[in-house]
This record gives sequence, structure tokens and C-alpha cells, in this order.
Amino acid sequence: MSAKARPLFDPEIVMPSIVEAFKKLNPIHMVRNPVMFVTEVGAAVTTLDLCFTKDSIAFVAQISLWLWFTVLFANFAEAMAEGRGKAQADALRKGRTKAVGRKIMPDGSIKTVPAESLRKGDLFVVSANELIAADGEIIEGAASVNESAITGESAPVIREAGGDRSAVTGGTTVLSDTIRVRVTANPGESFMDRMIELIEGAKRQKTPNEIALSILLSALTIIFITVCITMMPFAIFTRSYLSDADYNKVSLAFSVTVLVALLVCLIPTTIGGLLSAIGIAGIDRMVQHNVLAMSGKAVEAAGDVDVLLLDKTGTITLGNRAATQFIPAPGVSEEELADAAQLSSLADETPEGRSIVVLAKEKYGIRGREIHELRHAEFVAFTAQTRMSGLNMNGEMIRKGAAESVRQFVSANGATFPVEIDKTVETISRSGGTPLVVARKTKVLGVIYLKDIVKTGLPDRFQRFRAMGIKTVMITGDNPLTAAAIAKEAGVDDFLAQAKPEDKLALLKKEQAAGHLVAMTGDGTNDAPALAQADVGVAMNTGTQAAKEAGNMVDLDSNPTKLIEVVEIGKQLLMTRGALTTFSVANDVAKYFAIIPAMLMGAFPQVGPLNIMKLGTPHSAILSAVIFNAVIIILLIPLALKGVKFRPASAVAILRRNLLIYGVGGIIAPFPGIKLIDLLIFNLLHLPGTGMH
Amino acid sequence: MTWSGWIQLAIYVLLLVAITKPLGIYLLHVLDPELEGETFLDPALGWLERLIYRLLGVNPKREQDWKQYGIAMLIFSLVTAAMTYAILRLQNRLPLNPQKMVAVVNHLAFNTAASFTTNTNWQSYGGENTMSYLSQMAGLASHNFFSAAVGIAVAAAVIRGIARSRASTIGNFWRDLVRLHLYLLLPICIVYSLFLVSQGMIQNFKPYTTVNAIDQSGATASQPIQQSIAQGPVASQVAIKMLGTNGGGFFNANASHPFENPTPLSNFIQILSIFAIPSALTYYLGRMVKNPGHGWTVWTAMFLLFIAGVMVAWPAEAAGNPRFAQLGVDPAAGNMEGKEVRFGIFNSALFATITTDASCGAVNSMHDSFTPLGGLVPLFNIQTGEVIFGGVGAGMYGMIIFVILAIFIAGLMVGRTPEYLGKKIEGFDVKCAVLAILAPGLCILGFAAWASLSGWGLAGLNNNGPHGFSEILYAYTSGAGNNGSAFAGLNTNTAQYNTTLALDMLLGRFFMIVPLLALGGHLAAKKIVPQGVGSFPVAGVTFTLLLIGTVVVVGALTFLPALAMGPIVEHFIMRGGGILY
Repeated sequence: MSAKARPLFDPEIVMPSIVEAFKKLNPIHMVRNPVMFVTEVGAAVTTLDLCFTKDSIAFVAQISLWLWFTVLFANFAEAMAEGRGKAQADALRKGRTKAVGRKIMPDGSIKTVPAESLRKGDLFVVSANELIAADGEIIEGAASVNESAITGESAPVIREAGGDRSAVTGGTTVLSDTIRVRVTANPGESFMDRMIELIEGAKRQKTPNEIALSILLSALTIIFITVCITMMPFAIFTRSYLSDADYNKVSLAFSVTVLVALLVCLIPTTIGGLLSAIGIAGIDRMVQHNVLAMSGKAVEAAGDVDVLLLDKTGTITLGNRAATQFIPAPGVSEEELADAAQLSSLADETPEGRSIVVLAKEKYGIRGREIHELRHAEFVAFTAQTRMSGLNMNGEMIRKGAAESVRQFVSANGATFPVEIDKTVETISRSGGTPLVVARKTKVLGVIYLKDIVKTGLPDRFQRFRAMGIKTVMITGDNPLTAAAIAKEAGVDDFLAQAKPEDKLALLKKEQAAGHLVAMTGDGTNDAPALAQADVGVAMNTGTQAAKEAGNMVDLDSNPTKLIEVVEIGKQLLMTRGALTTFSVANDVAKYFAIIPAMLMGAFPQVGPLNIMKLGTPHSAILSAVIFNAVIIILLIPLALKGVKFRPASAVAILRRNLLIYGVGGIIAPFPGIKLIDLLIFNLLHLPGTGMH
Repeated sequence: MTWSGWIQLAIYVLLLVAITKPLGIYLLHVLDPELEGETFLDPALGWLERLIYRLLGVNPKREQDWKQYGIAMLIFSLVTAAMTYAILRLQNRLPLNPQKMVAVVNHLAFNTAASFTTNTNWQSYGGENTMSYLSQMAGLASHNFFSAAVGIAVAAAVIRGIARSRASTIGNFWRDLVRLHLYLLLPICIVYSLFLVSQGMIQNFKPYTTVNAIDQSGATASQPIQQSIAQGPVASQVAIKMLGTNGGGFFNANASHPFENPTPLSNFIQILSIFAIPSALTYYLGRMVKNPGHGWTVWTAMFLLFIAGVMVAWPAEAAGNPRFAQLGVDPAAGNMEGKEVRFGIFNSALFATITTDASCGAVNSMHDSFTPLGGLVPLFNIQTGEVIFGGVGAGMYGMIIFVILAIFIAGLMVGRTPEYLGKKIEGFDVKCAVLAILAPGLCILGFAAWASLSGWGLAGLNNNGPHGFSEILYAYTSGAGNNGSAFAGLNTNTAQYNTTLALDMLLGRFFMIVPLLALGGHLAAKKIVPQGVGSFPVAGVTFTLLLIGTVVVVGALTFLPALAMGPIVEHFIMRGGGILY
């Protein structure tokens, strides 16, 4: 999977898209998009009108040409969006060399077979440097696997039988060891297959919101068809009072071509032409963030989410606790404590242990001593019985461990445990941290403050979410005290402490019953019910097959924090759709001011003041509006593909901003746009026709 | 643009604001006694209410889903329309006909029955020379009550749908109908009629009075010039005509007739009563959905659109026609053609704006004689869908369509599936909303196009040129918008006009109500998503402007080309000094 962003107008995509735009002219394809279908019919009608028109052929030909361009531009936008997906899918396909699998036959023998022949339930064996032939679950063994083919991440991951890390994906490579795998997906249904299918948009269906929007756009189209068709009788009515000469001007100005031009300018071609591109681009943006959305509906739902259920570990905090402070006992210097703490942790390979060494070095400049330098030292590993670790060196016993263990240790050596240390331990516990007490033989030196490290930038992001009305809930197995402290530090709105997997599902259902739309992440099999229940369930790619099946998105990077981006992308998709709809409808106002005076000018020269843009001739005015209408589609392709700029703020603030840009802007923008085109046409082409001012 | 005009406008606005909340609260008591308690009249009239239920054989406690509600509404409308048709056709054989009026011809009876059933009150006839007193009272005034109550009931049902969560029903049509009559319309109208009588409005069953005209120049001793003065039960009909935004005049001259609008005070109270219930319904909406700010936001949008109309029509009429000067008319008098001198420019322009904002259609001046821009205002007011306060109930449910459209178009821009007060707006809801908005637009343009092309359409014209087209456009606009006022230069009392206008009115009314009830029923079933800072704001300045923008843009996009062929061209010809047609 290529996570790198492509340039927007990558020639590799643009060229085939142009070809595709012509192929899409097929009416069977067009009819699925009523607005653009009407445009195509209009283009065809004006082309036919070339044979019948009493107007200038050059004018009708140019209108006709630009109407065809309008359809082509819309098709091109769709083809571009699809092309970006296809390019990614092709990249995936190329990576899939003809794989073979070593199938374990019922009699236990091993036979090499083509990967396509492996069926659900078959067993196969795979060893180092071999491609995994099919999606499956490890039933025996453990291996390090390179999954860069799907994640783009080259660091190997460990996969092992049992537990939540047992799933392997076809097309990835085993780097070490040998595993036995049970196939979980038939050929064509594998994760990789589905991924290619999704990215290509082959099975794309209209989302509920797209359907609703299409209904509105169709209704607008029906209104405008009525408006334009009834203009013909209204024009004929003028025969009841106009002179023959004037009536001829009216009937020329209200020609079929002009009415079709007006129709195409009025129907919402901008949003109609870009609608599917916006939807495809939404899924594509998810892919660029290495998230696979199983449907466009899921992307939309992400925008609607107003409650995020976030696991503490891995999502809000870094996976492990880290030492942040050394608090010495009375009469002990911080350096002395730091030194002892470091010594006690040198052989401690746990992340906590390493963090103590790092803190001692960073804060107190205590050089990391190599173990071999301490030749006489004897390291004492952590055991479940002693619950302490440390070292014996030169007759000194240095230990670190939980307060109770160290208390027993010093008592056994005939010393007392200082009261101050008790207090410190209690304070740290209360604030959500973990205290580790360090002692040298009989002397308690102080306490190491281990705490959960909240990922950087999170409190700020949660704050922004709050501004948008999204509630964040942290879920943790910690006790309420610890949970409260971390919740406060991370800035989440609420937390669920001492949570068991079933509590997560219960909370989810409770929020949904209150009308909220909930998003969550999960990776374990026990997360699957909740992932299925959630409105947006993002499964980690490292997770089990069950979790991936249950969710409606898969995060290939397995980074739970990405839920936040997922929501942002969903919102961006909906915003883009709304912005372009508003813009498209608002544009019509200016087009009326271009076309209506042009149509009336001949018989009723008094309407001159309505020509507020001072457009050159009736022909140039109508043509300018048509060209603007076509060109705006091309100009807005980048916006449709990239999405409108997303800024977290309250709905009121976002609405006000976007209404200004796309509503008011949509009313104003076409005036200079049409005027500019008119200046070009009028001066360059010298269209026939009398001047309008 | 006189000082007295500004002062009257200010008083009008103050009184309108003042009655909105109390009347809105009263509506809650009338329509939803379970939620807000009963009215003060319930103890006194409860027995009558229960008796009516028993006679009708309905159980008022059994709520209906939208289909049952809609069917009840349609049956009621059909039966009462048939009743009116029968009365009009048979009036020559029925009592209370001192003037011996003949039976109303079939197409006119059909048109009139459709007209009064749909709260349009389009009149292809002159009241005093067509209708018997029984027809006026039992055939027409009854519908003034019925159609008003139906409108309010439908609005209430739709609003209940918005307010309720996971509900399958939206009220009981019969109960709404009965309670609206007993506790709202009848009590107010009794008091209101008495007030009108106190102003000099007549109320009798006398035959028409023949008197000698004051101006006897040219008369001979044996044959003095005589004048027939129409009589009748006027006050009782005018009260509901205004309060129920019906607008059908007792007399042909409608509210410009001295018996139908005797004093400046009666004029003022009449225009206030047009907006009373539509304005109160916005408060009802706000309270029902537990978001009073939303109700006031809708009110403000309506109010600003109303003021904008006044601010176009009033100056246009005050400025008059620049060509008057050539005829020796003092341009400072403004355009007084077709206006009562008693009311003058301001009260005529204000009345015209209000009667077309609300789908009332009563007139105290002839809209046909307005300047092109002055006449454009009533025309466009109706074309916006009669949602600037609008008809009783009809304005409210019409505005709800625009609220839904505004939310759907712009709502996506906040990054969520559009939601109205916590309810997601989905495909079905959009379908209902666009159906309701398509019906009037397609009817107006379609019928106007038909009439413009056909011989019968052109035969009705008394005016040539773009103005003639405006008259045709106005007629079908008024019909589909259920307004009832006219650019009266057009003779529509022909079989073709009467029939097409009747269809126009019926389609404009019921093709809007049925999808709306479906929308209400569908919204009722939805769960309410809790509101937060991420929710689409339906109260406040931004939404007010968005709603106004939606109403104006949808109206303008649909009708601008047609308007360009009528009043707009006419305006520029008047200004530009071209040929007059």
C-alpha cells in the first residue's frame, strides 16, 4: 500500500481519465446521474439543432461544444477520482506475485499447490522468506512477518498462535520461523482482494446521504426543465401584442439552443458532476491515511459520530508507563537516588526499567553504564515471589519494587520504612501514577514516580473535539483513582474505569440508546461484538480476523489514535458535498442575470439596465454563462478530491464560515467569472449579434 | 412614504409581536391539552365538544398515524366540498334567497367549491350578484372555518411529528378540527364580528335596498337615477375571512367595499387578524419542539421577508407611474389608480403585501392597477410558497419545507448528516419536501403556459402586453398558492379558466399537504439525537439569514424567467418610455 500522496494531477492518472471521460458518455452509464444525463441530452439536442437553427451556426455550434465539454468535464472528474483508486489498486496487484502454498494434506503430508486452490479450512505451512499464500489464522508456532505489502510499514510484526495476534494476511512475507496456518478466506474473498475492490470503487454504491442529495438535485432539475419548457409558451404569448418584427426577435432569442443552454446553466451541474468524485475521494482519503473503509456509508457515519470510545492503553497513553521523577527520602540526595535507581534497572529490560535509565541519564547526567563494566555485580531479576529487581554489587544489595515488597525487604534487614516514603507512595498512587521504592540494603533511598504518558497533542485535540460537540470517553482497566487522574491529564470528557470487555459493549449500547453515534477501535476477538455494534468500528490490522470482520473500517497502521482522523475525514466529506451543493445553487443567480436580459434584449431593449455585468452581445452573454458553467467543474475538481478545509469549531461557526464562502461567495463569484469570459469571447471571437449596451 | 405610514407600520409590528406569544400559548392549550393544560373555555364547552365527538362517532383519544390523519382530512375536505357544490347548484330552491339568485353554473360551482375548500377563496363571481345568503353562509363561510381549521390541524400534526420521538402517531384529525372550531375560531370570530358591526359593518338578511343616487344630474322627474345597495350577513363572514386567511369577499369589491371595511380601524384590525394565527403558530412550533428560539427565528425570517415586501411595494406605489405627469396628474399623489381614497397609498400597499404574504387574498385595492414593481410584490409573495406568515397553518407547514431544504442543503456544511432538531434528514424526508415544493411550482408554470398558448386563455384578457401575461400568471399563482387575490383584469368565469384554476387550487393544496403529513409521520418515528455544539443551529442570526436566502432563491430561481416576461419587462417599458401595449 502506497501511503505517499500523489500529486493531484498525476499524468499517469490524467491521461487514462480523459479516455475514460469519453467512454462514460454512454447514456446507460449517464442515466445513473440524472443531472448529467439531462446535460448530455441537452448537448445532443443542441447538436441536432445545428441542422434546424435560424440562429448563427457558429453560436449554436459553440454552445453545443461547451455543453459536451460540460458532460466530459464531469465524467473526467469522476474518472480522476476512480483513477486514483485504481492506481493504488494496481500497485497492490503488482505486489502479488504468483504465490504457492505448501498445503498440509489430510494424511499429514505436505504438497505444494497454487495459492488459488487453497480453500477455507485448509491448512498450510509457511517458513522464513516465503509468501503467505492466503488469509488465515496461525494454529501452531510464531513468526515475524513483513506486512509492508498492505501497511507500507517495513518493521516486522510478530504473529503467533492463540490470542489476538494470530491472524496473517495473504500476500505478506514471513521473515523468520515456521508457522502452520488455517485458511480463513476463499480465493477472491481475501483481505487483499477486498481491499483492491474497495480502493477501485468497483462495488461502490450510493450512500444514504448521496441518495437524499440526488433526490434534491433531481427535483431541482425537474423544476428547471419546467421553467425552461414553459418559457416557450410564454414567448409565444408575446405574439398577441408584439409587431411581427419584434416577435421574430423573441422567437429567435427563445430558440431551442438558448433554452437548453439556460437549462444546463440552471440545473446543478457543478455538484451533479462532482458528486461521485467527492464520494470516491472520501474513501481515497481514508486510504491515504492507511484506513480501509468497508463502505462509503461508513465514511459518512464517521462524520456523524458524536461519541468516541477510546481505549486508554495505546490510544490515549503510550503503551507503557515511564519514570518521570525521582523523589528522594529525607537525607538522601536526588543524585544518590537516581544513581541507585539506574543501577537497579540496568539489567531490567522492561520498558519501565529502560525509562528509569533514560530518566537518570537525561535529568541527572548519569552515564549509562554497560553491564560488563560492573563485573562483580550480580543482577537480581524480578520474580513473582520477591516482586523486586535489582543487583548485588560489592556487598551492596540494591532493590526496587512495590512499596510493600521493599518494606519487607528492609524490615528483613532490620531497618524501618520511613513514614515520609509512605506518604509519597500514597500521593503518587492517588494521582494515578505507580510508585517504585528504591532501597540499598537497609536504607530506603526514595521513590521512582512511574506514570502513564499521555500521547503528545491529545489534550489539544480533545479540546477541539469538544468544541465540535464530540464527547470522548476513555476506557481503562485501571482503578477509578488512576483513571480519573489520566482522564484529567488527557482532557477526555468521561472515563469508564475497571472496565471489562462486556462493559465496553454495555456503555456503547447505552450511548446509542441516548441517540448518540459512537465510534470505537478494537483489536481483540472480545472486541468484535462492540465493533459490530458501533456506528464506526475501526479494527486494528494487527487484530484478529474476527475483529476485522466485525468493524466497518480497518486501520492498516494499527494506530488507535487515528480514530480522530477518521472522524475528521468523514466530516470533511460531508462538508465538501454541502459546500459544492450550496455553491452550485447560489451560482444560478448570476447566470439568470447573464441569460435573461440577453433573451429579452432584442424585442425589449428597455431591459438594458438588467444587464448589470455589461456583457457584450446576447450571444456572448449566453455563451459566457455556459462556458463558466463548464469550466467551474474543472476548477473545482481539486476541491472535490482534496475536500474543503477542515477546521474544528462549533457547528454555528463552521456554518457561518462555509455559508460565507460557498453561499455568498457562490452568488458573487460567477459575476466576475462570466464577465471575464465575456470579455475574452467578445474581443477575441467577435461573435455576430447586436451589442447589449 | 409618509410619516403616518411609518407610524402605522410601527404600531402594526408592535401589536403583531405582542399577540404572538399569548396566542401561541393559547394554541398549545387548544391543540395539545395533554401537554400544556386545557383552555379557559374547556370547562364551559367540554360538554359540547364531547357531544360532537359522539355525533361524529369518533374517539378523540385514539391517535392517528399520518396516513389515517391524511385520509380523515381528505374525506372531510371532499364531503364538505361536495356539500358546497350542492348548495351552490341548488341555491334557487333553497331558503334565504331574497334576491332570487339563480343556480350557480357547474364549472363556477366546481371552481368555487374547490376554492373555498382549499382556503383559496378565488372568486370567479361577484358575491352580491351571484350568491344567495344561504350560499354565502352555509356554502362559503362554513368553509372559511373548515379550511382554516384543516390548515392549522395539518400544521399542528407536522409539528407534533417534529417534536415527538419514536412515535407512530401525529394526533387525531377530528379532535384537532373540533377543538380548533370550538375553542379558537368561533369564540374569536364572535367577538370580532361584534367589533366589526360596531365599526359600521352590516349584518342582516334584508333584500337589497334601492335608493335614489345622490348625484341626480341627467335624471328626469319620472325616472330618478337609482342605485341598488347590496345587503347581507357581512360581519359574520368577514371576521373568519380575515382570521382564517380565507379572503373571499362577501362583495365583489372585497375589503374596499365600505360595508366590508368601514373604517381605518376596521382596516387595521383586519390586517392584524390576517397575521395573528400564522404568527402565533411560530411560537407554537418553538414551544412544541422545546426550542423557543427556533420558533422566533422562523418568525424573524417571515417578518423580514414581510418588511422587505412592504419596502418595495410602498415606495413603488408612492412613486407612481412616471408617465402620469404627461397626463397632468400630480406625481406626488403616487399611483392612486384602483385604490380607495379612504385608505391611500400606504394602507393599500401594506394590505396588498400582507394579504399575499399570508395566503389571505382579501384586497382593499386592485392589485391589477399597481405599478409593475408594486404588483410584482404580491405576485412574488405568493410564489415564494405563501410562507411569509402564510395561510393559517399552511404558512407554517410551508415554511417547514423550506426549513428542511435549508438544513439539507447547508446542513452538510457543518460536517454531519443534516439534522433538524436532532432528527436526521434522510432520503424519504427530502423526497416529501421536494414533492411538496414541486407541486405549486409546476402547477403555476404549467397552467400559465397552457393558458398563454390557448384561445380560451387569451380570450379572458382585457389588457394587452406583458400586463396581460402578468394577469394570467397571477391567476394560477394565486390558485396554486391558495391565495385567492387576483389581477382582476382577467375574466376567468369561463369553463376552461374555472376548471383549470380549480385543479390548480386542489393540486396546490393537497399535493402539498399529503407529502407534508408523510414527512411529519416519518419524522415522528425517528429518534432524537441529543443536541450539542456540533448540532446544526436552527435558531439565531445565521439560520434566519439562511432560511430567508433559501425562500428567496428557490422562489426566484423558479419564477424569475416568468416574472421577466411580465412585471419586469413591464417595469422597464414603463421606465424606458417604449411602446405601451
